[in-house]
Amino acid sequence: MSEEELPEELPLGTLPLDAWHRDRGARMVPFAGYEMPIQYEGIVAEHEWTRTSASLFDVSHMGQLALKSPEIDPTLAARELEKLLPGAITNLKPGKMRYSLLLTEDGGIIDDLMVTNTGSHLALVVNGACKWDDIAHLREHLDDDVTLTHLDDFALLALQGPRAGEVLENLVPGTGALTFMTAGLFEWNGGHLWVSRAGYTGEDGFEIAVQEDKAEALADALVADERVKPAGLGARDSLRLEAGLPLYGHDLTIDTDPVSADLTFALSKKRREAGGYSGHTAVLGRLADLESGTLAQRRVGLKLDGRLPAREGAEVFSGDKKVGIVTSGGFSPTLGHPIAMAFVDAAYAAPETQLECEVRNRRLPASVTPMPFVPHRYFRGN
Amino acid sequence: MPRYYTDEHEWIDVEGDSATVGITDYAQEQLGDIVFVELPSVGTVLDKAGDAAVVESVKAASDVYAPISGEVTETNGALEEDPALVNSSPEEEGWFFRLSISDTAELEGLMDEKGYKAFVDSL
Repeated sequence: MSEEELPEELPLGTLPLDAWHRDRGARMVPFAGYEMPIQYEGIVAEHEWTRTSASLFDVSHMGQLALKSPEIDPTLAARELEKLLPGAITNLKPGKMRYSLLLTEDGGIIDDLMVTNTGSHLALVVNGACKWDDIAHLREHLDDDVTLTHLDDFALLALQGPRAGEVLENLVPGTGALTFMTAGLFEWNGGHLWVSRAGYTGEDGFEIAVQEDKAEALADALVADERVKPAGLGARDSLRLEAGLPLYGHDLTIDTDPVSADLTFALSKKRREAGGYSGHTAVLGRLADLESGTLAQRRVGLKLDGRLPAREGAEVFSGDKKVGIVTSGGFSPTLGHPIAMAFVDAAYAAPETQLECEVRNRRLPASVTPMPFVPHRYFRGN
Repeated sequence: MPRYYTDEHEWIDVEGDSATVGITDYAQEQLGDIVFVELPSVGTVLDKAGDAAVVESVKAASDVYAPISGEVTETNGALEEDPALVNSSPEEEGWFFRLSISDTAELEGLMDEKGYKAFVDSL
């Protein structure tokens, strides 16, 4: 089919747990090309349950990819992937994971992703809305001897919250020993689960890759525990906002770079010096701008007074001067006031800078606030 | 006191020349947790089907339209303190504003309770 013949909107895909969500009363909405659960009983209730117990999120829309080296050259996949992102991958030990960014030559962010060394291959989890472009980008740039597999017959479940550890240990013994940003292979119900101690809610928790034909049984087993309730993407979004975690397509885009996006932690120190990846020169330039105070914009957190949220697209002012734009924002159920992320002129990025967000011709006082808005509670070991 | 409904999911109680306006139980259910309600100021003159209020749920902002033309005479101050009243009691405690009706003929064409229920069932 030529490009002209492509329908404007592709039909929505159905993910393995579609019927499971509907049976439990989820409201389904189109997201990243699929029908996805946005909420069950309500975003605030699900948000609060995640912060106090454990919630089960279905994130099967995300792309699960595997990069495998040829037998003759076992480190080729890591070496090749390192050419496309600023994180150190060749020194990533088996069972360890790392957050990184696919970058253009100009340092623009193509996507943010998790990379795990499984021992036999590199496992990548990429954003659902970006996965097809990511696959094309990887295929184009990786050596032909690196095998790229899209693991589209796997569901991905996220169990998040302070009780996630005890719940999963009970169901899948051994998982409780994982610490934040480590992963391993476990057996369950006659099959395998690939379990990562990670997530995007700021809470302790896991992401569990499961073969699609076992996904319903696993979801059933998890919610059979009274500490676990299913939750939708609405709560996932309010949780990740409170956790200060940027969302691709909103807080991060191809027009943003890692330094302006306040993701310098993802720039491995060794690789900053050694280079050898797409976007390195541009990233060094932004780092120099940051040091010399000439960086144009930075991602910051904003705390608003009152109850009226400033949402994506709201303009940010200092007096009469427009100094930025909100990239995601909403009401924080945990804090009881609105919060937002914004890109602002770097001169206005210091904590406690007083700014204003314009919402429907009204100016809302906002102050720059360090993120996360709500402290992370990752499990880093006893 | 007759109650009418619009296809934008507002309800309106009419008593003589005065009307009380809110959003329906169906609407609050669709919106989810409401965190803020922006009400028109007393004295604002509203046009039928024009913007009247804004409801902010956790996930989005939604417009509420005037079901009928008129001048706002009173707003529900309780919503400032407790916007969730719209979720818990949308068709009673969670009313939005009262207005003096400028043209009662505009009530024609609005749905009654039975008509609205059939409308919602068809969605």
